[in-house]
Amino acid sequence: MKSGSRLEQLLSRGEFVVTAEMGPPMSADAGAIMKKTDFLRGTADAFNITDNQTAVVRMSSLAASVLCLQAGLEPVMQMVCRDRNRIAMQSDILGAVALGIRNCLCLSGDHQSFGRAGKLLGHPGAKNVYDLDSINQVRMLRQLRDEHKFMGGDPVKGEVPLFIGAAWTPLGDPVEFRVIRLGKKIAAGADFIQTQGIYDVERFAEIMQKARAEGLPEKAAILAGIIIPRSAGMLKYMNNHVPGVVVPEKLIRRMSEAKDQKAEGIAIAVELIRDIRKIEGIRGVHVQPVEWESAMPAISEQAGLLPRPEAAG
Amino acid sequence: MIVAQRKPLDEIIAKAEPFKKVVIAGCETCVAECHAGGKKEVEILAAQLRIAFNRKMVPVEISECSIERQCEPEMIESCAEQIAAEEAVLSLACGVGVQQMAERFPNLPVFPGLNTTFMGTHSAPAKWEERCAGCGNCVLDLTAGICPIARCSKSLLNGPCGGAHDGKCEVSEEIPCAWAEIVERLTKQGKLGQLRQIIPAKEWDTARDGGPRKLIHGEAAP
Repeated sequence: MKSGSRLEQLLSRGEFVVTAEMGPPMSADAGAIMKKTDFLRGTADAFNITDNQTAVVRMSSLAASVLCLQAGLEPVMQMVCRDRNRIAMQSDILGAVALGIRNCLCLSGDHQSFGRAGKLLGHPGAKNVYDLDSINQVRMLRQLRDEHKFMGGDPVKGEVPLFIGAAWTPLGDPVEFRVIRLGKKIAAGADFIQTQGIYDVERFAEIMQKARAEGLPEKAAILAGIIIPRSAGMLKYMNNHVPGVVVPEKLIRRMSEAKDQKAEGIAIAVELIRDIRKIEGIRGVHVQPVEWESAMPAISEQAGLLPRPEAAG
Repeated sequence: MIVAQRKPLDEIIAKAEPFKKVVIAGCETCVAECHAGGKKEVEILAAQLRIAFNRKMVPVEISECSIERQCEPEMIESCAEQIAAEEAVLSLACGVGVQQMAERFPNLPVFPGLNTTFMGTHSAPAKWEERCAGCGNCVLDLTAGICPIARCSKSLLNGPCGGAHDGKCEVSEEIPCAWAEIVERLTKQGKLGQLRQIIPAKEWDTARDGGPRKLIHGEAAP
C-alpha cells in the first residue's frame, strides 16, 4: 500500500469505486461542510474537496478536507498549481498528511480570469503562480513519497503516505494529444485518474480504446467523470462553455422534453454510470453534483452502487 | 522587440502640469517601431499637450527631443544639454530608457509616458504579440519553436490544460492556445511523439524570480 487510503484499498481489491465532489463554502462556515457530508455519507468511497475552483476564493481545500475527515468521510484533497509554488505545495502536503489526508489530486487549476466568467467577481487581477505544471506536481509528490526527497533534493524524514491523482480531459482539444498527456501523467506517478465529465459515451469509449492500446488503464485506475445534469440549459451551457465537455444533441433534446428535468437528470446520470461501467479499463466513477449534493443518494442507489464496501480500516 | 503603448493623455497631462518647462524625449528604436515613442509620436504628444495646456491656461512650455536609443547612456548625450535646461522629462522610451534617463539626470523628475508591455513581434498590421518571457533558459527546441512560457497563460511545460477549446485558451477566445499550436506543428513534422517525454519543471532562478539579472560577457569584458 502506498497510502493505505480507503480509495487505494478498494481499488487494489478490484472494487468498482465511487468518488464524489464537494465544493467548500465561500465562507469560514464549518457547518456548510457538515451539511454536505450529511447528504454524501455512504454514497461514495471518497470525496473530492475542490481547491478554489474557477479561481474564486473558498475555504481552503486542506481545511475543508480535515473537516470532512472529522465527519468520518475520506477526502481527496485537490491541489491546483495556480496558487502555490513548489515550496507551498510540499509544505501543504506535509501538513495534510500529518492531519490524516491520504489522497491528493493534482491539477493545473482554472486561470484566475475564469472567476469573472460566471456570476461572481473573482480576482482576475491576481498574480498567478504556475511554478509547476500538474505533471511535474505529480512527479514531485511521488518523489516525496517514494524517494523521501523534496523536489530540491533535501531528504524528507519519515513516510509521506499519499495516493496521488491526476485529472484527464479525454475529449478536450487537441484531442489527438489527450491520450499522450494521460500517459505523461501516469508516467509521472499518478496512481488514479479522474476524468472531466463524460456525456458522449461512444466517443469516450473510442478514446479509452486508444488508452488501452497504450497500456494505460493497467498502470493507473481511471475513474470516469459524471456531472449530474439539472436542466437542459445546464447541458447546453456545458456543451458550449465548459472545455472538454461534449453533450450529444439527443441528450439535450431528451432533457428539454422532460416534464421533471431534475428527475430526468438523475436518470441520465444513472444511465451514464451504467454505460460507462461497461467500458473496459474503467475502475470507478467520479460524480460531480455541482452544488446538488442531495442528489447523490438517489444516484448511487439507482445505479446499483449501494451499499459501498467496507475498507479494512 | 520591446512593445509599449502610450499612457492615456489625461494621465500624462496630470504629470506634466506642475512644471513650467517639460521636455518630451522620444526613443527611435523598439518603441518607434510600435508607434508609441518615436519622433512622430513625440511631435503628436507635444501638440496635444500644448493644446491642452492652452485650453486650461496653464503655462507649461513643451520642448521635444529624440534619442536613437534611450537605453544606451552614450546616446542620451546627444540631447543632454537640452534636457539639462528643463524642469522635468517625459520619456517616451520603454522602462529601460526611462530609468537610464533618470540615472543620467538624477536631479530632474523623469516620468514615463508609455506603458512597457512585452517582448514581442509585429504579427500583423497594427498588431503586436508577446513571444518571449525572457526566462533565461530557452526551451524552444523542445516545443517546435513556440514558447509555452510566454504564450501559454499558465506557462505549462507538458501540454494543454483541460481548458483548451477549439485551439483557443480558456482565458479568452482571442488567445490562441500555445499548446494546440505546438501539437499542430509537431504533428505536421511527424514528431508528436517527442512530446511523450516529460519536460522537467523549470528552475526559475534564471528568470525574474532569481532577482535582477546581470550579464557579463567574459571575452569582451575589459
